[in-house]
Amino acid sequence: MSISRDDVRKIAELARLEIPEDRIERVARELSAVLDYAASLGQLDLEGCEPTAFAPAEAPLREDRVDGRQLDASIATAAAPEAEAHFFLVPPVVENLNP
Amino acid sequence: MSAAREAWRLSATALAARVRAGELTAVEAVESGWEGPGAEWEADVRAVAHADAAARRAGADAAGGRAGSGALLGVPVLVKDNLCTVDYPTTCASRILAGYRSPYDATVITRLRSAGAVVTGKGNMDEFAMGSSTEFSCYGPTRNPFDRERVPGGSSGGPAAAVAYGLCPIGLGSDTGGSVRQPAAFCGVFGLKPTYGRLSRYGLVAFGSSLDQVGIFARHAGDAAAAYAALAGPDPYDATTRLTPAPDVSAWDQGVRGLRFGWPANLWREGVEREVIEGLEEAAGWLERAGATRVPLEFLPGGYGVATYYLVATAEASSNLARFDGVRYGFRHTDSPDVRALYTRTRSEGFGPEVQRRILLGTYALSAGYYDAYYLMAQRARTRIRREYEAAFARCDVLLMPAAPTLPFRLGEKTDDPLSMYLSDIFTIGANLAGIPGLTAPVGLTAANGRPALPRAVQLLGPDDSEPRLLAAGRVIEVRGDAKRLDGKHETEFTWPTKR
Repeated sequence: MSISRDDVRKIAELARLEIPEDRIERVARELSAVLDYAASLGQLDLEGCEPTAFAPAEAPLREDRVDGRQLDASIATAAAPEAEAHFFLVPPVVENLNP
Repeated sequence: MSAAREAWRLSATALAARVRAGELTAVEAVESGWEGPGAEWEADVRAVAHADAAARRAGADAAGGRAGSGALLGVPVLVKDNLCTVDYPTTCASRILAGYRSPYDATVITRLRSAGAVVTGKGNMDEFAMGSSTEFSCYGPTRNPFDRERVPGGSSGGPAAAVAYGLCPIGLGSDTGGSVRQPAAFCGVFGLKPTYGRLSRYGLVAFGSSLDQVGIFARHAGDAAAAYAALAGPDPYDATTRLTPAPDVSAWDQGVRGLRFGWPANLWREGVEREVIEGLEEAAGWLERAGATRVPLEFLPGGYGVATYYLVATAEASSNLARFDGVRYGFRHTDSPDVRALYTRTRSEGFGPEVQRRILLGTYALSAGYYDAYYLMAQRARTRIRREYEAAFARCDVLLMPAAPTLPFRLGEKTDDPLSMYLSDIFTIGANLAGIPGLTAPVGLTAANGRPALPRAVQLLGPDDSEPRLLAAGRVIEVRGDAKRLDGKHETEFTWPTKR
């Protein structure tokens, strides 16, 4: 298996996901199956193949132009689970330094 | 009155012509699909994720007020639940976006409405477009109208099934690795994945940004052409759209005389069902009858594409789905002591198992120490695959191959085996990696041997901007190679599913 149980715990933390202990073995097995399959790419002759990050399209980078279309703050925050006075509300991010 | 009741049987272009002529109202054109086939099929098939009679009525009234103009005037369209619409929820069939309403329309939705079309609802899908069967939806699976024990394909299974059973003549989906072309094959309809950059992705919830493309379902080749003409073209809101005008598809009914179609038979020497191969042989015969030439050639086995895709797409998905954290929209875990716990608990409860699996895979492929071995190698393999297509298109104008290796499979057959589900996209993934367009064309049903007759289909692939010749070849397949019926003024009868 190319992915261990510890690998699963580590990447789950990076991805901000919680995998219950009793599912870790199964997830490791499923991810390993896909990665082992992906290892077949090692058989391809990639000599002279530069990485393609994007499907080639005749879409050169261009400057953004402001065109007057606006999203009012009250609309932008309307779908938030918690918002107040046009701000998104979250639990404390840093601990209180001056108790 | 009966003309209005039967309006759902018409092609989109015929329907729009009647609405323009004042023979039908837009409301009649839209409601016909809901009152007839919708009432008969929807409870069993469950193609629709969000329906709203008032929103539909408002959309039809807006179209009806346009006094007779619009290529798609009054035409109802079911759009996949990952395309932003102001008048329906947009949830990607995910709990994490429960109840979300977008404050803006996707560009393709704006263009649909400009052409007079009416959004008739939001189509069911695999959560965040990750899946090949429409079983990974928080609303439950969509079923195949031709056999309700089988899947409609995915991830855009809702719009595909709805177009097949008659709710609407056109549907919109998204195709990141085959999510329009594979369900089109399973439901017996046309499915067009345009060239990357031809249809705007603005307002399409991102999955794999370098692969995603909005796609079109239709029962007729001419309707797919009409929808493409209405939707394609540059969009200042999407920097990946091409700046040149989209190719003209108005010659979709002009035939394929002189066309060379590639025949990469090594791809179906094993692992492809017999009835799929028989469908290919029939379609090849029709193309030859219409004056096209078969060019046998060898092609890189599709497994390399699958391997490349599941590294590239998951890496991009792990980045794109980082934005779903319970702060700005949708579902939030309500009892978190700090913001990190809020992120983790919201995501763990909000995302389903397949989405979590792909986020983990992508996170791994991008993580320190594995980047070169997986992600970078996949990007290089992508270049190799693009060159394979370029070499093929030096010898032929289009490639003919299956859209999927199997007929529609049974519900539950692949949900516990991710890799086997992924391999269901083996013939479609390459076009996304290379950015080229592809078209699924139905070729009629199998014999009913101990089970209901099931749709068969073929896929046509071409170089960038070859949509005109793909649609022309699709039209030839639609009329079984019969030159006398090729002209677009001949309406062709669609092969409808029947209720047992």
